Amino acid sequence: MRTAFIKTLCELAATDDRIWLLTGDLGFSVLEPFRDQFASRFVNVGVAEQNMTGVAAGLASCGKIVFTYSIANFPTIRCLEQVRNDVCYNDLPVKVVSVGGGFAYGAQGYTHHGVEDLAVMRALPNMTVVAPGDPVETELATRALLDVPGPCYLRLGKAREPVVHKRPPTFALGQAIRVRDGGDVTLISTGGMLEHTMHVAGRLAAEHKIEARVLSMHTLKPLDGAAVRAAARETGGVVTVEEHSVTGGLGSAVADALAAMDPPHGPLRKYGAPDRLNRRIGCQTYLRTLGGDLVELVRDLLKRTPK
Amino acid sequence: MAARIRARALRMVHHAHASHIGSCLSMADLLAVLYQAVLRVDPKRPDRPQRDRFILSKGHGGAALYAVLAERGFFPLDWLETYCDDGARLAGHCTHHGVPGVEFSTGSLGHGLSLGCGVALAAKHDGVSCRVFVQLSDGECDEGSLWEAALFAPHHHLDNLIAIVDYNKGQGFGTVAEVLNLEPLADKWRSFGWAVREIDGHDHAQILDAFQAAPFEPQQPSVILAHTVKGKGVSFMENKLAWHYKSPTDEQLAAALAELGETP
Repeated sequence: MRTAFIKTLCELAATDDRIWLLTGDLGFSVLEPFRDQFASRFVNVGVAEQNMTGVAAGLASCGKIVFTYSIANFPTIRCLEQVRNDVCYNDLPVKVVSVGGGFAYGAQGYTHHGVEDLAVMRALPNMTVVAPGDPVETELATRALLDVPGPCYLRLGKAREPVVHKRPPTFALGQAIRVRDGGDVTLISTGGMLEHTMHVAGRLAAEHKIEARVLSMHTLKPLDGAAVRAAARETGGVVTVEEHSVTGGLGSAVADALAAMDPPHGPLRKYGAPDRLNRRIGCQTYLRTLGGDLVELVRDLLKRTPK
Repeated sequence: MAARIRARALRMVHHAHASHIGSCLSMADLLAVLYQAVLRVDPKRPDRPQRDRFILSKGHGGAALYAVLAERGFFPLDWLETYCDDGARLAGHCTHHGVPGVEFSTGSLGHGLSLGCGVALAAKHDGVSCRVFVQLSDGECDEGSLWEAALFAPHHHLDNLIAIVDYNKGQGFGTVAEVLNLEPLADKWRSFGWAVREIDGHDHAQILDAFQAAPFEPQQPSVILAHTVKGKGVSFMENKLAWHYKSPTDEQLAAALAELGETP
């Protein structure tokens, strides 16, 4: 995803000289194409995320569109108040980019697990929050961010994520993409869980004759509430799938949408990292299963749902 | 002008029962000189891209900034009378939304110097010859984020950036020396790569000279350590910690205005 991001950003920056890129001294072997082509609009601010975010806001106040870049929690939670006050309060076009959201750096331990970022960023009042599902969505999202006049958060995976969209989908921020049709249940995925979600949908069909609708909810804020409500009305239940704490992220956003909906509607289950301090380390695939077995969760949900 | 800023700030905090009058009074002379004789700003075109910038990083001194902006005609003087009122424009800590002349909303310490670095960097990149002034407090120099920005500005040769420390030696629970010593403060800035000048922050000739002389060294950002007195201009408020918090009673307001030679 980070490769798709930087490639797209370079293409955009070639024709839009408002675009700047700041990094907190991370992105070695990723950001060089931008640095080499647009040296005067690239700043490695050093290991200083608070200053990076303030500098970005200052630049943005002068008409620049500024991307800040770092990994996991560093461009978000480390400098949260700068994001909240300098960027959001002043309503400036700063695009915060985090690479390695979720468990991409899973073996590095809890400091490097980005599992609260979506919750925190979603709580900020005028922040657009985007977590693309694959490299194709990453490119489309990066382009779309330029048209948002205010602050954005772009949460990316790391590298070598598989392409899910074999053909480019119709993409608009705030509009879920229906990646698979099905009437029994709806799986709503955000970020890099899309490929796994599609895999699970395939298994549900092949092994259990359960046809799942799959939505890629690449934008958490503003959330596509209409797609959520349609899923809850038209299918037997909704399961959210995220590489993030089940508190505050996609699951909570979808729960909010359902709470605003009059019954009857199907039940909701949230699949993600349990809301407890996680001391376990390991690879991304291993840590993604902290929430249990997704196939079994879906089967259990449908068993309990009256026909 | 300085006396009028002080008087207006006093009336505002009295009206709103607000805090931080001591911090407003200590920087009133700095603001008066800046807005009367230094800043290239146009109240009729507050967003002109080539303007000089003033960023009040010590956003708790908002009353003084609003006062000088209203005096300069950025917005009507009667807005000051609604300071901190329900639904009013002027919040206790600086807000820029709907307030012409305020560059950034501030209020949490340790943010303004980074904002100033960003503006100064943009100006350099775009070939705009403006200067960027950032007003810091001394207590604010406790914030780590400030020193991130202090590293950044010299590295990028931001000689269009001028930081001013309102060095009134007082902060939340006592003196700076008691709470968290900053000394030797000039040496700290110098060692970070800043050109430093120390002045009496109430002597208008010294203030003007420093502002006009900046940048003090080519290719280097400048910092002015303005030695000030917290509560300056009102004898019973000077160097009294309580006036970081208290707002004056009717009688205290009248006495303070009388000392300033302003009508109640």
